[in-house]
Amino acid sequence: MSLSFLFVQLLNGVQFGMLLFLLSAGLTLVLGIMNFVNLMHGSLYMVGAYAAVAAFEKTSSFVAAGAIAVSATVLVGLVVERLVLRRLYRREHLAQVLATLGMIMIFNELVRFVWGASAQSMDVPAAFSQPILLLGLPYPSYRFVVIGVGALVGIGLYILIHRTRLGILIRAAAADPAMTANMGVNVRLLNSTVIGLGAALAALAGLMAAPLSSVQSGMGEPILIMTLVVIVTGGIGSVRGAFFGALIVGVIDTLGRTLLPTLLRELLDRSLAQAIGPAISSMLIYLVMAAVLVVRPQGLFPVKHG
Amino acid sequence: MNMPRMLSAMASAAAMLLAAPASAQAPVKIGFIAELSGPQAVLGQDQYDGFMLLVERNGGKLGGVPVQVLKEDSQLKPEVAVQLVAKLIEKERVSIISGVTFSNVMMAIHKPVTDAKVFLVGSLAGPSPIAGAQCSPYQFITSFQLDAAAEAHGRYANERGFKKVFLLGANYQAGKDFLGGFKRTFKGQVADEVYTAMNAPDFSAELTQVAAAKPDAVFAFYPGALGINFVRQYNQAGLMKTTPLLTQGAVDGSTLPALKEAALGAYNGAPWGPDIDNPSNKKFVEEFERKYNRIPTLFAAQSYDAAQLIDSALAKTKGNVDNKDALRAALKAADFASVRGKFKFANNQFPIQDYFIQQVATDAKGRVNLKTVATPLKDFTDDYAAKCAMK
Repeated sequence: MSLSFLFVQLLNGVQFGMLLFLLSAGLTLVLGIMNFVNLMHGSLYMVGAYAAVAAFEKTSSFVAAGAIAVSATVLVGLVVERLVLRRLYRREHLAQVLATLGMIMIFNELVRFVWGASAQSMDVPAAFSQPILLLGLPYPSYRFVVIGVGALVGIGLYILIHRTRLGILIRAAAADPAMTANMGVNVRLLNSTVIGLGAALAALAGLMAAPLSSVQSGMGEPILIMTLVVIVTGGIGSVRGAFFGALIVGVIDTLGRTLLPTLLRELLDRSLAQAIGPAISSMLIYLVMAAVLVVRPQGLFPVKHG
Repeated sequence: MNMPRMLSAMASAAAMLLAAPASAQAPVKIGFIAELSGPQAVLGQDQYDGFMLLVERNGGKLGGVPVQVLKEDSQLKPEVAVQLVAKLIEKERVSIISGVTFSNVMMAIHKPVTDAKVFLVGSLAGPSPIAGAQCSPYQFITSFQLDAAAEAHGRYANERGFKKVFLLGANYQAGKDFLGGFKRTFKGQVADEVYTAMNAPDFSAELTQVAAAKPDAVFAFYPGALGINFVRQYNQAGLMKTTPLLTQGAVDGSTLPALKEAALGAYNGAPWGPDIDNPSNKKFVEEFERKYNRIPTLFAAQSYDAAQLIDSALAKTKGNVDNKDALRAALKAADFASVRGKFKFANNQFPIQDYFIQQVATDAKGRVNLKTVATPLKDFTDDYAAKCAMK
C-alpha cells in the first residue's frame, strides 16, 4: 500500500466525484428551488450521452459533439418541462415521484426504440487516448480532462450563482420561493431556466461519461441513486453542497472499495472478509449519508433559509 | 331466407368443406421464450434470429413438417415466464419449447415444462442444478454449463505459464461461481480476488489495484454492459498492452460492436467461434451475415443448433410429436451437423464438447471479430453430470 497507490486512488475518487458533481448541481437546484423531486434527471444524462455518441459519429469532433449534445438535451428538458413537469409543481411529492418515474421508463424505451438494445460506444478523443505515468502507475489521461471540466464547471457555477443577477434570483428562490415570487420575479421563467441549466449539466456529465462507460438504455438509474445520496449529504438546494458532497462521496466510495477489503482481511479470516468486504464497501456511502442525516439533517453545506 | 343470403350461406359452407381437407397436417407448434425487451434483448434477439434462420431457409419447416414458432418475451421476469409457459402449453398445446436466455427464468420454468411432458430445448441458460440433481429426461440443452468456460480459462492460463493472476468479478452468484471455476483448474497464484458491485460503472479503483499488483494476467467475469465498461477502461489505463486480459461475457458477438478496436487483444472462452472450420459452420455464418447484416454470436449459433436438433428429431419421427419416447430418443441421438463440428449429449443431456479460447482480432474482412487461438478442453463433460441420475 504505497503512497503513490493511495494518491492515484484519491485521484480516481476526485474524478468520480466530478462526474457526480455535474449531475448533482442540476438536481439540487431543481429540488431546492422548485421543491420538485425530479427523478428524470438520470434520463437527461442518458439522453445527453446518446446525443453525444450520435453527434460524435457524424462530426468526429468531441467539442462539436458536446455542443450538440448539450443543446439537444436542454431542448428535450425544456419540452418535457413545458408538457409534463409544469403540471406537477403544486402536487405532492408522491405524484412527482410517480410521474418522473414514468418518464424514466418512457425515455428508456424511447432510446431503445431509436438506437436499439445494444450498447453504443464513443472513443476517447485521440489526444487523450494514451495513459500517462503517474508516480509509476499508468493513469488514463482522459480522466484528467474529466477533473478539469468538473473544476471549470464548479468555478463557472460559482461565478453564476454569486456574481450575476440570475444567481441572485436563484439563491433567493432557494432560500424562500414564496417571497421571491411575491417580489415580482417571473417564477415560471426561473423554473424553466433552472430545469434547462440542470439539463445542460446532465448532458455534460453524459458527454464526459460516454467514452468511459457503455451508453445504453437504463444507464441513468445507478448514477441517479448516487446523485441523490450526494445532494442529501451536501445539502439540498446548495451548489456548494453538491460540489463538496460529490467529492466526499466519490473519494469515500473509491477509497472504501480499495482499502476496506484489505483492512477487513487483516482483522478477520480470509473467507469471511471475502464475503462481506464488497458488500460493506458498496454500502459505505449510504452509511455516511445516514450518519450525516443523524448529525446534521440539513446536510453538510446547507442553504441558509429565511 | 331470401335467395342471395341462401346462396352465400351455401357458398361459405361449401368453402369450409373444401378448405378442411387442405390442412391435413397441422403444424407442429414450438414455443420460443426469450428476453426480447430491455438491454438484454440483444441476447434473445440473437437466439431468435439464429433459430429462424433454419426455419425460414426450410420454408417454415423443420424435419420436413411445417412448424409454427410462437415467440414470447419473458422480460427477464421469472413470474412472467411461468405464465407464458402455461399459456403456451395449455392453450397453444406446444410440443417443444426453445430459447430461454437467463438462468433465473430457466429455473422457474424447468419444472412446469418438464412436468407437462413438453420438451425443453434450451439454447442459452445452463444453470448447474438442472445439469445435476434436477436433470429431467425432457430437457435438452444445446449451449453449455457455465463453469466449464471458467475451467477452460484456468487451463489456458496454465498452458500460457501465467504464475500470478488477478481475479475480478461482479458480486453475484454467477460471478462467484465463475471465479471459483477458474481457481479450480488454475495452478498458479491468485494475486487478488475482487468483487465489484453489480451496477458499478467505474472500475478506476480496481484497475489501479491491478496496475499496482503487476500480475501476469487478469481474469474478469463481467457480462454485458459491465463488460463493455470494464474492457474499455482496461484499455484506457494502458493495461491491454501490458497484461493479457482473460474475460468471460465481456467480449463476444454482442459486445464487440460497441467496443470495436478497444477490445483488440482481449481473450474470451466459448464452445463455438465464427471461424470454426466445418461446412455447417461456414454455411451458417455466411447465411446469417447475409440475412441479418451482422456477425453471428455464440447465442445465435447455439440457437441454430437447437433448431437443427429439432429438425433432425422431427425428421426421424416423421413429424410425430405424440409419441414422447420416440421423440426423446430422436432428440437424444443428436444426429445433425452441428456448427461446432461434433456434437453429442452427456447423460444429463448437456453437450459433450470442446471449449475454445478466442482472441479479439481483425478478421479477413477487416472487422473486429473473434479468432480461435487454443482448445484447452476437448470432449468435456461438465462437472455436474455425475450428480444427474439419468444414464
